Amino acid sequence: MRSARVAFDGAIHDAVPHADGLQLSDGRVLAEDAVVWLPPLAEVGTIIALGLNYADHVKELSKELTQTSKDEPLVFLKTPGSLIGHRAHTRRPVDASFMHYECELAVVIGRRARRVKAADALAHVQGYTVCNDYAIRDYLENWYRPNLRVKNRDGATVLGPWLVSADEVPDPQKLSLRTTVNGRVVQQGTTANMIHSVAALIEYLSEFMTLEPGDIILTGTPEGTVNCNAGDEVVCEIEGIGRLVNTLVADTPPAV
Amino acid sequence: MPAALSLDFAPWRLSGTVVGALLNHRAALAALGDAVHAAPYKAPPKAPVLYVKPRNTQVGQGARVVVPAGVPELEVGAALGLVIGQSACRVREDEALARVAGLVIVADLSVPHESFYRPSVRLKARDGFCPIGPRVWPLSTVKDVDALCVRVAVDGRTVHETSTGERVRGAAKLLADVSAFMTLAPGDVLLTGVAAGAPRVAAGHAVSVAIEGLGTLAFELVPEEAA
Repeated sequence: MRSARVAFDGAIHDAVPHADGLQLSDGRVLAEDAVVWLPPLAEVGTIIALGLNYADHVKELSKELTQTSKDEPLVFLKTPGSLIGHRAHTRRPVDASFMHYECELAVVIGRRARRVKAADALAHVQGYTVCNDYAIRDYLENWYRPNLRVKNRDGATVLGPWLVSADEVPDPQKLSLRTTVNGRVVQQGTTANMIHSVAALIEYLSEFMTLEPGDIILTGTPEGTVNCNAGDEVVCEIEGIGRLVNTLVADTPPAV
Repeated sequence: MPAALSLDFAPWRLSGTVVGALLNHRAALAALGDAVHAAPYKAPPKAPVLYVKPRNTQVGQGARVVVPAGVPELEVGAALGLVIGQSACRVREDEALARVAGLVIVADLSVPHESFYRPSVRLKARDGFCPIGPRVWPLSTVKDVDALCVRVAVDGRTVHETSTGERVRGAAKLLADVSAFMTLAPGDVLLTGVAAGAPRVAAGHAVSVAIEGLGTLAFELVPEEAA
């Protein structure tokens, strides 16, 4: 099953896919561009994100870096205010020189997980969606990396369009990912190259933090991160999960 | 929405989002000395050094916090929490405190670690590692949020006495600088930082954190096997 949350006609609705776009719970069929798409979960809990979880991306960032499945996952936390829906605009600070997308498989927890073994972990997943977790490298500092000014900005974590229930995704480690910028392919990969699989991440995390329904794990991004500019349309696609569209707009802070 | 907190009443209902500032106490930053210029940091922090205490860490007054097996001591970071009342986005320093509804005591617990570079969330985000309470007080309860006495006691004996002052960024400046890139929503809590020399505690200890005018937050540490 696939579900979305959209704003339409002065209210927030649940929606499902339809041949002509989407269908609201009340039966109305609408085109994809007729609604405002929201992140597909009403109640978002803890957002857990992975740095360097694809071997190819590790190589891309630095020759000295190594990260293998024997190393502890590099985890950071984000807050729900960073989220924005499908087809929305993300603000790009005018002073930034390097802002890049990160196409990621997002895992939504559906059942409490505490000290769960990897073999049982996927039973705690409600479903999957697509995330584009932008970063602005200009603001990177070596204090509690990656610092929130880089990775936790308003509207810079795009999520959706659909929450796809776990029964439709028999193996989350066999999905191809692809990002295009203005139609040009800039990032390609497969979840088979994750250093720590979805199940391994749930085992690792649930050993010290209880995962609850509505918690989201952003599982990292493959290689191919290049700078994007205001006006660029960035599309992150994951096979069988969805196609997430975002456009960057220039942002100048208000004069103080 | 957050963990079982006995603070869940209007207009100070907590959202479950707790964000803290590290190294915001001048002496805590100074304690690093020249290391701030050396690898891996290479330069002193420019923006506030922030971290998130997720909802699984949040517990209330009287909590029994589990000390993981093999960890002899935890560090108690006594912190003042600003409870946001009105959405704070790109607020100026002089208008920032008007967005704060209340104040609450927060104990930021950590497995002690030396590095500020990329510490594992396993050290700070464990279940129960963020006692909050005993209640949220209106901002008007205190005269100056940046000059409150903070006292940590273990088994009734004071082990650390400091204040909410001597900050790199005072409460208003910190909220302004954070809100420059991330909006804090009603019920979110922003911690103004832990003072240098945070005390260490162990399983079996009864810990209390008192902040002038805000009462006393008390909790116990229990060994993992007894949990």
